[in-house]
Amino acid sequence: MNSIFNAILTLGGLGLAFGILLAVASKVFHVEVDPKITQIKDALPGANCGACGYPGCDALAKAIAEGKMTANSCPVGGAETTAKVSEILGVEAGDDSGGKKVARVLCAGCDSISKKKFEYEGIKDCKAASMVQGGDKACDKGCLGYGTCVEVCNFDAIKIEDGIAVIDPEKCTACGLCLEACPKDVIEWAPYGQEVVVDCKNQDFGKVVKDICEVGCIACGICEKNCPFDAIHVENNIAKIDYEKCTQCMICTEKCPTNAISGELEKRKKAFILEDKCIGCTICAKNCPVDCIDGEVKKLHVVNQDECIGCSVCFEKCPVDAIEMR
Amino acid sequence: MNYFSIFIGAVLVNNFVLAKFLGICPFLGVSKKVETALGMGVAVTFVMTLASIMTYLVQVTILDNFGLQYLQTIAFILIIASLVQFVEMFLKKSSPSLYEALGVYLPLITTNCAVLGLAILNIQNEFNLMETIVNSLGAAIGFTLAIVLFAGIRERLELADVPESLKGFPIALITAGLMSIAFLGFSSLSI
Repeated sequence: MNSIFNAILTLGGLGLAFGILLAVASKVFHVEVDPKITQIKDALPGANCGACGYPGCDALAKAIAEGKMTANSCPVGGAETTAKVSEILGVEAGDDSGGKKVARVLCAGCDSISKKKFEYEGIKDCKAASMVQGGDKACDKGCLGYGTCVEVCNFDAIKIEDGIAVIDPEKCTACGLCLEACPKDVIEWAPYGQEVVVDCKNQDFGKVVKDICEVGCIACGICEKNCPFDAIHVENNIAKIDYEKCTQCMICTEKCPTNAISGELEKRKKAFILEDKCIGCTICAKNCPVDCIDGEVKKLHVVNQDECIGCSVCFEKCPVDAIEMR
Repeated sequence: MNYFSIFIGAVLVNNFVLAKFLGICPFLGVSKKVETALGMGVAVTFVMTLASIMTYLVQVTILDNFGLQYLQTIAFILIIASLVQFVEMFLKKSSPSLYEALGVYLPLITTNCAVLGLAILNIQNEFNLMETIVNSLGAAIGFTLAIVLFAGIRERLELADVPESLKGFPIALITAGLMSIAFLGFSSLSI
């Protein structure tokens, strides 16, 4: 009996002694830390994933508090984290989608519209499939659709639909794992919210592409000629969009003979002029790339809705904010 | 047994990592760069020496006195964990630069089996206080030596043409094994 008491007393005493020592030490050796850092740290996801470029959430919290990084530096946290951090910093959260990028599969050649070279019956994995003559797809740049990217995605953002991978931009955190995993290099970065994308990477000549896939880019250059913003160019037999210049007016989507450029025309925005604000300055009419705004000086301008392409040039140019995009 | 032979024995013959296979986790985890490996080595040296002095004193004054040797493991873990905490707080206040340099490694040492292993081995070998200090210092330097050498090799391996299937940890483990074999040569050292 005595020995039990001895054991309890000894261990309890040791624990108590060390506890008191640590409690005293934490007071004596207390270091003032910017309360912002602790607050920001609590707001961050705390996964220490390193996607921001810092070794962990602690380091990023410190950098944000010191102003080295912006509130939306955490690529994983998304809008919610940005809002919380902004609140702590006392700044406006701003447009979260500003710098956010997402991964995008640049291939739309699903099973029903693209041809196959042969019937592949090996391991269901893109890397394995691509070792056999570059995969079963006739297009040597296309998505094989065996789901190697689905396997590596930690965020459940990729799905295989009708033989090609499709990435959900809402779930994508831009971690870049799928870009590395894809043996075909068919996944690339695109800005978040970018609807208009050339979903093709094939650099063969038009006829070759047309023979193997219905929605491939045949490098005809029609998009290049029709783009009012000089934002799309055909280089090496493939159209490429300059996302900085693109206003998502979807003219290229409309004109593309093979439908290789994505974009839902129904979702296209239209410009509307607010009657009470318009001062009749004609600036919008002068800048409209498709001349769909009728306007005489000092009279209310009218947008011809059938012709409007929703490029939002007028919206940006209007000096009195009299134009709405909806 | 004189102090010199204890020291050399701890550094080379009974090298903690390569002969006793203790503290493998930090050995593999923090050995990508010589610089960080050295930081870890210094931190371990610091904690090991302090911890073994403390555990020795507790063993002799409390556990042996009350015949509570069976509480050794749990008591030592308690001591090491609180000691590391204390050292961390102390460094944060008194030497922020050293604290920054050691960074995450310091708290990691809490769960390093080499520290506990050393404390228990000191008691098992029935060392006195001075011998304990020499042995701990030797063991810690042995650990530092092993991890720095290993980091040096791994830095060079980064540039080497390693077969795809062996890249990363596999080749590191093979390297560790080869180093262990090399250190076995010291076992015939008679001092």
